[in-house]
Amino acid sequence: MFAYIVRRLLYAVPILIGVNLVTFGLFFVVNSPDDMARMQLGVKRVTPEAIERWKAERGYDRPLFFNAKAAGSGQVTDTIFFQKSLRMFAFDFGRADDGRDIAQEMRDRMGPSLALALPTFVMGLFASISFALILVFFRASYLDFWGVVLCVAMMSISSLFYIIGGQWLVSKLWALVPISGYAPGLDAWRFLVLPVAISVIAGVGSNARWYRTIFLEEVSRDYVRTARAKGLSERVVLFRHVLKNAMIPILTGVVVVIPLLFMGSLLVESFFGIPGLGSYTIDAINAQDFAVVRAMVFIGSVLYIVGLILTDISYTLVDPRVRLE
Amino acid sequence: MGFLPVLLWTDALFFLLLAIGGLTVIHVRRDEPLRAAWRRVGSRASGMASAVILLAFLAVGIADSLHFRAQLPVPEGAPANMQVAYSSEVLSALDVLLASLRTQVEKTYSAPFATELYARETVELPGGGQARIYPRLVWGGAHLGEAADRRDADVAQRIATGVAGAAEAWIAVAAVLVFALARRRRQGMAEAARAVWRGRTVLAWRAALGTLACVLLVTILAIKLAPFYHVFGTDKVGQDVLYLSLKSVRTALIIGTLTTLVMMPFAVALGIMAGYLGGWVDDVIQYIYTVLNAIPGVLLIAAAVLMMQVVIDTHPQWFSTAAERADARLMALCLILGVTSWTGLCRLLRGETLKLRELEYVQAARAFGVRTPSILRRHVLPNVMHIVLIALVMDFSGLVLAEAVLSYVGIGVDPTTISFGTMINMARAELAREPMVWWSLMAAFAFMFVLVLSANLFADVVRDAFDPRRS
Repeated sequence: MFAYIVRRLLYAVPILIGVNLVTFGLFFVVNSPDDMARMQLGVKRVTPEAIERWKAERGYDRPLFFNAKAAGSGQVTDTIFFQKSLRMFAFDFGRADDGRDIAQEMRDRMGPSLALALPTFVMGLFASISFALILVFFRASYLDFWGVVLCVAMMSISSLFYIIGGQWLVSKLWALVPISGYAPGLDAWRFLVLPVAISVIAGVGSNARWYRTIFLEEVSRDYVRTARAKGLSERVVLFRHVLKNAMIPILTGVVVVIPLLFMGSLLVESFFGIPGLGSYTIDAINAQDFAVVRAMVFIGSVLYIVGLILTDISYTLVDPRVRLE
Repeated sequence: MGFLPVLLWTDALFFLLLAIGGLTVIHVRRDEPLRAAWRRVGSRASGMASAVILLAFLAVGIADSLHFRAQLPVPEGAPANMQVAYSSEVLSALDVLLASLRTQVEKTYSAPFATELYARETVELPGGGQARIYPRLVWGGAHLGEAADRRDADVAQRIATGVAGAAEAWIAVAAVLVFALARRRRQGMAEAARAVWRGRTVLAWRAALGTLACVLLVTILAIKLAPFYHVFGTDKVGQDVLYLSLKSVRTALIIGTLTTLVMMPFAVALGIMAGYLGGWVDDVIQYIYTVLNAIPGVLLIAAAVLMMQVVIDTHPQWFSTAAERADARLMALCLILGVTSWTGLCRLLRGETLKLRELEYVQAARAFGVRTPSILRRHVLPNVMHIVLIALVMDFSGLVLAEAVLSYVGIGVDPTTISFGTMINMARAELAREPMVWWSLMAAFAFMFVLVLSANLFADVVRDAFDPRRS
């Protein structure tokens, strides 16, 4: 298994290089740094000096791949590609437009993001699986039918509606929790209750329906019939047999997102003013801070690849037939 | 008055999609298994009901895709050989149909069916002095004159005539349908009508007629009321919210369908090539989609949209009108969304082709010496098309919802393009007002809900009918 993990990690390197090339192409080849400078400084009435200053402040005043003016190894290292793209592998993202170190900012903002995303993830998983199990328990009845109708209706509602509606109802009309904001430490719960509840409700429709189809597929298997023939109660069949055997398809979709929880949620964080990585990204997009967006793309891909590896490892934990060689 | 037809990029592709749809219908009619599958779709009540609603939205979308630029009036005393000038404003057939809604612009917010503005204003009284009153709307309830208190009676009367009109129209449609069914089944009209009423027809006509009744009722009520009142109120700059909602439908349809369409050729070609050829081709294609998949979708879209904005802003000479510029951005958004969403389809197709490759009929074709391109086209492609169709309908609702979120984040359509996302974005800031301005938000959400819900129901029925594992 150790050898397998090492091999998967090595396999991740070419993928990260690919991601790096895609972002490099997007940010520096599609548009030259001059274009970006003009865009940020305002298209009209911008002097060449202002553009040069903008580029020098951000270190974009180098050649793309090869610096003929530099000496020795500087010909390769003193370029945009090396400074801006390859240094990301060392998690050195440079500075944002406001002058702060991006890596440090990310570390600071990971906490609030996780405080929001982790409870949402756990409670959402619990709610969806329980709801799906209830529907499967009452399968082919009116309860099942209307449950599915409810799921389809819930997944047809925009997540913006859940957020805006929930904020209006709970924070404004009932005035139970603050509308937005964040406090460090344990006080944070007052600010987190509502966003977590809204995220769970917004996700339960599509997830519960998805788990229901997985469970229904398992319920029609032979081993379930055998279990019933032995005289086991429906409850035992569902929880002992079906739930355990449905773990593989569930884990496929679930484990891969666990590392991405660090990234936070763009929408919820920005609506509720939680200073996590999601709102950091939104602010960067609105301020057109290209360095931050580039760093987030890279971190997101790294976390996704970690998620894929974790998924493979989790298979061995729930299914003894799977061996990673 | 003359006009200059304008074919925007998204129009062209939208009509191409419709043409493909038309050709598919012709093909399906000739192919018995496909006909049977579509009959399964039509036999489900939810399939027929959602299809009726989707067709209604499609009609709005098509009318809004016929763009033109109106001719400017020739000034008095101009030389006869003067070149004809066209307005720089690009309008659509829908704008002409809704001309009264488009031009009846108030000063600012007004509630649904209101006759007065939402905000108090200070006005000069005729006898000197000032007063703070709710000014009368310029258009909303203007036909009532000073007798604004007669509004409720007027609205009730218009609703009554609207219901009557809807009933008439519905009876006419139902009669035509029953007549056609009676001819086909060689039965009397009464017998055919009874079959429809009891749901004994092959296709679920009862559900279709029921839904049609709702659609007709809403449409005709809107026709009766909208020229006289702002049925959904007006927004910040006084535009009618019903007009904005109807205009948003096209944007939603374009994003929901073109995104899948523009990337489908790549996904299909790469998917079946990777699955069938294997070897280094498979490795390269897998590498490409793993890389694209590894970048979180929203971030890739954000990065690409930011860069595209720079390209559009630095090349203003490419676009002759503002509409073309906004359209280029919409088109680019479809492409970018397509890049992030084709990987799933590609992987599914690769997996399916791997299975197909080992089947007897493909092996037989190979043994007979049929060349690889022919095998792919004749034996593999037709047998994976159901996956493509399912992907097309399943992705639609997700893309419509995604558009609203992306526009909120600021990486969606152009701010001048009317879409559900821009409507929500504009209305969001007004929730804090007292009393609340809720109507634009609710209109956008209601339209989106109906569209997405019917798309979801339709997608489910199509998947059940075409997925062999689900029969």
